[in-house]
Amino acid sequence: MRDVYVAGIGITTFTRLEYPLVEIASYASMMALKDAGVTEVDQIYVANMGAPRVNHQTALASAVADSLSLLPAGAAAIENGPASGAAAIKAGFQAVASGMDDVVLVTGVERMREVNNLEATDFVATLTHPLTEYIYGVTLPAHAAMFARLYMEKYGVTERHLAMVGVKNQNAALNNVWAHLQQGITLEGILDSPEAMTNNPYVAEPLRFFDACPVSDGGAAIILVSKEKAQELGRPMIRLSGLGQATDTHAVFEREEPTDLLAVRKAAKDAYEMSGLSPEEIDVAELHDAFTILEIAESEEVGFFPKGEGHIALEKGETALGGKIPINVGGGLKGRGHPVGATGVAQAWEIVTQLRGDGEKRQVEGAKTGLTLNFGGFGNNVVCLTFVRED
Amino acid sequence: MSVDLEKILRPVEAEMKPYEPKYMMLASGEAVVVRQVFRDEIPDLLKHVEPLIHVERDYYDVVAARVYAELLGYYQYRFQDQYVLALQVDGELAAIVNGRQVTPTLGLSLHTLALRRGLRIGAHGFAAKMEYHIDTLGHDEVLIVAESPIGFRRWMIEYKLEKRFHIPHELGGVPSWALTRELFDRARSKLVVGRRPVPPELLDKALESILPPSDPPTPALDPLAATRAMYDPTATALVQQRWEMEKGAGNA
Ligand SMILES: CC(C)(COP(=O)(O)OP(=O)(O)OC[C@H]1O[C@@H](n2cnc3c(N)ncnc32)[C@H](O)[C@@H]1OP(=O)(O)O)[C@@H](O)C(=O)NCCC(=O)NCCS
Repeated sequence: MRDVYVAGIGITTFTRLEYPLVEIASYASMMALKDAGVTEVDQIYVANMGAPRVNHQTALASAVADSLSLLPAGAAAIENGPASGAAAIKAGFQAVASGMDDVVLVTGVERMREVNNLEATDFVATLTHPLTEYIYGVTLPAHAAMFARLYMEKYGVTERHLAMVGVKNQNAALNNVWAHLQQGITLEGILDSPEAMTNNPYVAEPLRFFDACPVSDGGAAIILVSKEKAQELGRPMIRLSGLGQATDTHAVFEREEPTDLLAVRKAAKDAYEMSGLSPEEIDVAELHDAFTILEIAESEEVGFFPKGEGHIALEKGETALGGKIPINVGGGLKGRGHPVGATGVAQAWEIVTQLRGDGEKRQVEGAKTGLTLNFGGFGNNVVCLTFVRED
Repeated sequence: MSVDLEKILRPVEAEMKPYEPKYMMLASGEAVVVRQVFRDEIPDLLKHVEPLIHVERDYYDVVAARVYAELLGYYQYRFQDQYVLALQVDGELAAIVNGRQVTPTLGLSLHTLALRRGLRIGAHGFAAKMEYHIDTLGHDEVLIVAESPIGFRRWMIEYKLEKRFHIPHELGGVPSWALTRELFDRARSKLVVGRRPVPPELLDKALESILPPSDPPTPALDPLAATRAMYDPTATALVQQRWEMEKGAGNA
């Protein structure tokens, strides 16, 4: 298997974008191509979850190939729920690692603000089990709320811990010009003041408004290349060093212990094994905080903290910029936004930015290794990636 | 015989009790003051509303154009029994809400315009104007419409408004919805917040002047849409141009 490097990265602002889906994808892709200094690619993978339903469009990869005059590159779209982004990176990795391709463009894109919030919530809920979850009205916020309730009872996590994640990540987004939310929040304003319950009402108890990521449009792209190509291009040598993907039961109630995210555990274990890294050796991480509780649970499952102690590390500031393992320094899904198909690629974009030392105000000093965790379904399809700066 | 035409054109205004100012803490930890704005301050509001007429997203354009016309109508004595409330954070304008009294028992909500997003400032402003109608002016109900999906969510869904579809609303003649006193009482504990009296330093800052919003909603980034449609159906050139523009704007 050949080594695979990230030679270019690109992103759009995550917000409500008023231009067409394919342009969002093309814009991010073009920035990545320019960043890498390439004008031709062998292969294109476009990650997206909702275009057929939300934007009435299919075959996105062919559209991106044409829009950017990348013909006759091979192109395919990848739909894997909210883990589409990292699943597309996996496909790109395999293409380069196998020796089949030398330069692969991986783009993630979503334009979910084309419909209203109720429809957007419903479209994401189509990933749930159709017969045991969806028909009973189970949405992703509902899933996360039930999970949070169990977690609170079992491990002593409180609403204050959840709010602390929200404040940390939404305020981190203020250091990221591409992030959707550019509005700081405080614990006093969302939890302690007499107005807090109105400012921050329950959406699905115990989760409140500021525990959830916003609905965003956006695109992100990376260019994966072989070692020879990376050396030729002369960009910082960032190697995609580890990759793990795992699945879990579709219906959450079938899990023996629903507070255990076994697919996260397995995906991370495989990524560490492949890269030869241990959790202690990771300098910066991007976890999938679609809901605040997930950052706490995932920080344990990827091995940063013992099970049930993620919230204690959070309290001590260990997951903040300057802490032991800074998590979501660019805002995470909570602050940067969560255009579902783009998220896994945007996480890689942030880690590469960090490993290149380009994080500016949010830079984790001396970061040489990074990890991303892209969580699909309600934990039933998870992709974990590790990255290492080599030069 | 001479006729003072102005006397005919100018509506006779009903006596309306003033709104007692209040303040509350936002999610950001900042304090927002809600207070009534009278005729002399309307030119300041107009200055800050005008740019939003050109924001073609989230219905800011249509709402701002209408608010501008209503405020001007009020300023020039061409509007019957209108009131205007302003929400200010550290003097800066954060939202405007307005409405009018139709009869001593019936109110009509005109507009809610948030100039800063993501803090429920618009929702707090709407709650304040319902408070003004029901508690201060003693209206039995208020006729309401929504022009945007988020408005619909905030008013029709959050307050569980009743239908009054047989009454065309003054805003565009569309079917009305209504907030009754009973609905308001039910919503009070969850949606209506605020503390009184406003500490003098907060109120003085708000009264001193209405400062422009520092982070107002801005136009969507696609000024070249028409060009694209005509000359560049596959959009490659547009993507290139936009990239250069965003780079120019300091985003790249
Ligand atoms: C309708 C209106 C008054 C409501 O104002 P509001 O209660 O202050 O609420 P906001 O509009 O700020 O709420 C949406 C914002 O919440 C924030 N938000 C959404 N989800 C969030 C989340 N999970 N976490 C944190 N913030 C979030 C975002 O910033 C979002 O703004 P965006 O759509 O630009 O991304 C305001 O949207 C407005 O003025 N719209 C234009 C005019 C209009 O429609 N008026 C009403 C006519 S009926």
